[in-house]
Amino acid sequence: MRLAGRGLIDRSKPVAFEFDGARHSGFEGDTLASALLANGVRVMGRSFKYHRPRGVLSAGSEEPNALVTVGAGDAREPNVRATMQEIHEGLQAWSQNRWPSLGFDLMAVNDLAAPFLGAGFYYKTFMWPRSFWEKLYEPVIRRAAGLGALSGQAGGERYERAHAFCDLLVIGAGPAGLMAALVAGRAGADVILADEQARMGGRLLAETYEVDGQAGHLWADVVLAELDALPNVRRMGRTTVFGAYDGGTYGALERVLHHSGRRPRGAPVETYWTIVAKRAVLAAGAIERPVAFRNNDRPGIMTAGAVRAYVNRWGVSPGQSVAVFGNSDDAHRTARDLLAAGVHVPAVIDSREDAPESRDFELRRGAVVCDASGRRGLEAVTIRTAQGEERIAADALAVTGGWNPTVHLTCHMNARPVWRDDIACFVPQEGAVPGLRAAGACNGAFSTATCLREGAAAARAVLEELGRTVRDEPLPEAEDDPYRIAPLWAVSGKGRAWLDFQNDVTVKDVKQAAQENFRSVEHMKRYTTQGMATDQGKNSNVAALAVLADATGRGIPQTGTTTFRPPYSPVAIAALGAGAEGKGFRPERFATSHAASIERGAPMIEAGLWYRPSYFPRDGESDWRQSCDREVGYVREAVGVADVSTLGKIDIQGKDAAAFLDFVYSNMFSTLKVGRVRYGLMLREDGFVMDDGTTARLGEKHYLMTTTTAAAGEVMKHLEFVHQGLQPDWDVRFVSVTEQWAQFAVAGPKARELLDGILDAPLDAADWPFMSCGAVSVGGIAGRLFRISFSGEQGFEIAVPARYGAALFDILTDRAEALGGGPYGMEALNVLRIEKGFITHAEIHGRTTAFDIGMGRMVSAKKDCIGKTMSERPGLLEADRERLVGLKPINADGRMLAGAHLFREEDPPVRENGQGYVTSVCHSPMLGQMIGLGFLKGGSDRHGEIVKMWDGLRGVTTLCEVTGPVFFDPDGGRMRG
Amino acid sequence: MVELVARTPCAGLLPLRVGAVLLDEVAPGALTSVSPYKGQAEALSKVLQAAHGMGFPAPSRATGDRQARAIWFGHGQAMLVGPAPDPALADHAALTDQSDAWAAVRLHGPGAEDVLARLVPVDLRAGSFPEGHSMRSLLFHMTASITRIEDGAFLILAFRSMAATLVHDLQTAMEAVAARG
Repeated sequence: MRLAGRGLIDRSKPVAFEFDGARHSGFEGDTLASALLANGVRVMGRSFKYHRPRGVLSAGSEEPNALVTVGAGDAREPNVRATMQEIHEGLQAWSQNRWPSLGFDLMAVNDLAAPFLGAGFYYKTFMWPRSFWEKLYEPVIRRAAGLGALSGQAGGERYERAHAFCDLLVIGAGPAGLMAALVAGRAGADVILADEQARMGGRLLAETYEVDGQAGHLWADVVLAELDALPNVRRMGRTTVFGAYDGGTYGALERVLHHSGRRPRGAPVETYWTIVAKRAVLAAGAIERPVAFRNNDRPGIMTAGAVRAYVNRWGVSPGQSVAVFGNSDDAHRTARDLLAAGVHVPAVIDSREDAPESRDFELRRGAVVCDASGRRGLEAVTIRTAQGEERIAADALAVTGGWNPTVHLTCHMNARPVWRDDIACFVPQEGAVPGLRAAGACNGAFSTATCLREGAAAARAVLEELGRTVRDEPLPEAEDDPYRIAPLWAVSGKGRAWLDFQNDVTVKDVKQAAQENFRSVEHMKRYTTQGMATDQGKNSNVAALAVLADATGRGIPQTGTTTFRPPYSPVAIAALGAGAEGKGFRPERFATSHAASIERGAPMIEAGLWYRPSYFPRDGESDWRQSCDREVGYVREAVGVADVSTLGKIDIQGKDAAAFLDFVYSNMFSTLKVGRVRYGLMLREDGFVMDDGTTARLGEKHYLMTTTTAAAGEVMKHLEFVHQGLQPDWDVRFVSVTEQWAQFAVAGPKARELLDGILDAPLDAADWPFMSCGAVSVGGIAGRLFRISFSGEQGFEIAVPARYGAALFDILTDRAEALGGGPYGMEALNVLRIEKGFITHAEIHGRTTAFDIGMGRMVSAKKDCIGKTMSERPGLLEADRERLVGLKPINADGRMLAGAHLFREEDPPVRENGQGYVTSVCHSPMLGQMIGLGFLKGGSDRHGEIVKMWDGLRGVTTLCEVTGPVFFDPDGGRMRG
Repeated sequence: MVELVARTPCAGLLPLRVGAVLLDEVAPGALTSVSPYKGQAEALSKVLQAAHGMGFPAPSRATGDRQARAIWFGHGQAMLVGPAPDPALADHAALTDQSDAWAAVRLHGPGAEDVLARLVPVDLRAGSFPEGHSMRSLLFHMTASITRIEDGAFLILAFRSMAATLVHDLQTAMEAVAARG
């Protein structure tokens, strides 16, 4: 019911929206909850377990009942709190957890079965038969109990992440936060003021008190205007600081566009902020707690502070006749605000015998509400006094059981809050989060004046610590009423009295947990589910532990709280992972030939972050094998061109460069002549192979190391470690030049012919033996040439500065095609190297040694190197270790599969009989059959034996002959020639 | 003789303007990695000063100006940006040509800081990161060198191979900033 002339909404701006398909109208400034209340909608949701009709309980982010789904299709968002959702033109919201409709929910049958469904029911009932839990019980229970559902589609909305920095982060913009921001802002500190509400002011917007002689919300507006004029103050509205982390880091979630139907191009709906603050002031306020009594979840029963907020801020009364029940003077304040707004207050029920008198309303002292009636909306409450029970008609009830300071963030680094008996609540432990101070209601200061005072004092203390001078300014005048409260958690009596509305946990459930010996508060939480789900027990934790304390005969401080963990309120996974969906997960690295490969229709495969062409299909080729075989043929018979720029290249210089290489490689590099290249093997500290590659000596003190594509980063990191950590005195410098050079393999019998056609001066064969290197000129551009081969053919790699890479690739492929060859991709490259028995990381996969791959003699006996000693451990040199072999099916059409296991021909294929495994396979065009590399116990000792290759996953068994790993041109004549 | 045509890392991707923020590819001239040998840092700085007009930069700083700049690039390493390195530098430092290794872009205009705040986990506001400051940090998922140069613009260097992702990530952030108006 809308109240005439009240509230901070803009009545000149009506807003139309829909709830469950019905059209409603509200005003700019309304939340979905306030607008629905104004339209007389009282039931906004169904409870989690019993499907009881529920109305809104609160006016803030702690709301447990009024959860709705907003939006449609892939932009659908479940579990949105109606109290936080601002209405906007075109807003569509739906109720949740009901079928077929909110008004008539078939699952409400659960409510009738309630006597059987108490805490622990599922655990005790669905135990047998055991397998039924996962298959039957859990799915059925999950379907019946629940919140909103996701759309199941990929996110249609954009989210983003961002970083912010400040001297002082003020969390909450009520009186304490505003005062802190003002004092710090005036002193010139970098301030971020964050508040979860759209409009800043906190309780000043919901109460009728004056500050500095003007209405509280007007004072707030004056302060905000001043803050906005300060360049050093940044205001972040609709921003919930949800977590406190190490090093003054705070997580915050900004709702950027949920209040609007607009979606400008590229705009995020939410921003996940990481805020790094030198200091923080927590001014998060407090959350009012209800009192548990029978049927206290009837729609129309809400916290007293929420009632005042709806009346004063939104100009809405939750009913025609609003009773008030409480245990502090807040009950009286609520009645006065209602009366001032012209709302009938049938009675104020105050549990305190010594409550102050009032002539404004009918006051029942020493009385409690013990029952409520009206299933779809409150009709009457039953009150209990010394004289007996009495029914009072009311369509709404404002309840206050006191306030719980919002201590959550102070507990995120594992501190526990401290109980204060005088105000019956937990307050933050001082110093619980380094650099963070609590001020105002979240610190247990409940009058406006003390909030202002604490906010100012906290800011002053921060400024002093940051070395800033601060003027002494008078504080604004404000109410300073004492907080008089007599604890009241639950009203005794029959029936169900709700503690946790969101999880349908009652006083009886908590008592039963205690009875069944779940006496620790953490056990009680898990047994009853109290404090779980989206509200994390913001409304119920303290009352539940008070009931537990009572049931176990302990005090509240002895019982203690459960652990507060971030986030304070829900954060969408879409916000946490913003920008990293799809290909945003990691950068894409494109070689200079990328566009040309795409243009040739090459399917690209990922190698680390790099994209490399798999093969280059030609018209008429129906599968990749045809393309691959053709490309292998280029290299074996004419000339093939492949982009090998993705291999790691490290430029190494300095007078100790040679010693450094001798130390990191297992073999010798100090003896390498300038202008020559050598294959090198690198071990880890534990003696296993880390990486391999070629290293060229470009000058006396200048080397160029290459690494595999996959291990380029790892090798660089390793070199840094060795230099900085093990040999810091050696004068050696290195830097990656992977990106600087575009490098292409030119391989095949016509490789030299091709190169002679493009180099500015033809190659003199005598100057370019196998494993030589040197400077060349291409089109006047200084390049480098290396006579190395990964294919077993006469091979070169030519490198030019990357800006010329695309152009050189085009020229090389054109020339190659003219010579009967062309570009080849990763598939052909793989076939070429398997035919030659050259290893990749499929073989040096981290569990193999130099001995295992047949390169034991590459660990030089003449010098020390990283991993040498460890590689000499006896267990690593045993002859029956799994060692590298070649494998060839005994039938030419036999299939081989990488990952398959090897067994003796006669042994059944079970783990105990394992003899080894297959690492690489291909169809060899040269041999006309499949071949493979693998590791076999005894390795080279077993050449000529027949073993069984078995792939249980894909159901393939193939008998293979064990061979040497080199299948083609074993003496290497083609490569050297 | 064949003719090799040069392509810049961001060819076809830039320039870009979204709202008030501009992103251009810059031609920085030569890029040379300069790593002083053991005990040579001071001598190198003097030669650098004499040859190119700026000293060796302290960590997270850049020296020089538009014509010739030295950007701190990591532990014991600076990037000489602009001129071809004076051969005298080689007596004191390992020099490595990196002219083709890095995509160089310039982000400028009001809101450039807000764009980078979406990608870089470092305080780049003018008060904390004035002209002459430089940072090796993350730009979303890639590593980058970010320097505040003249006119409050940012010079960003990222791996050449990642140029497409660099532009994509910056454009995404530019759109998000512009959409807030």
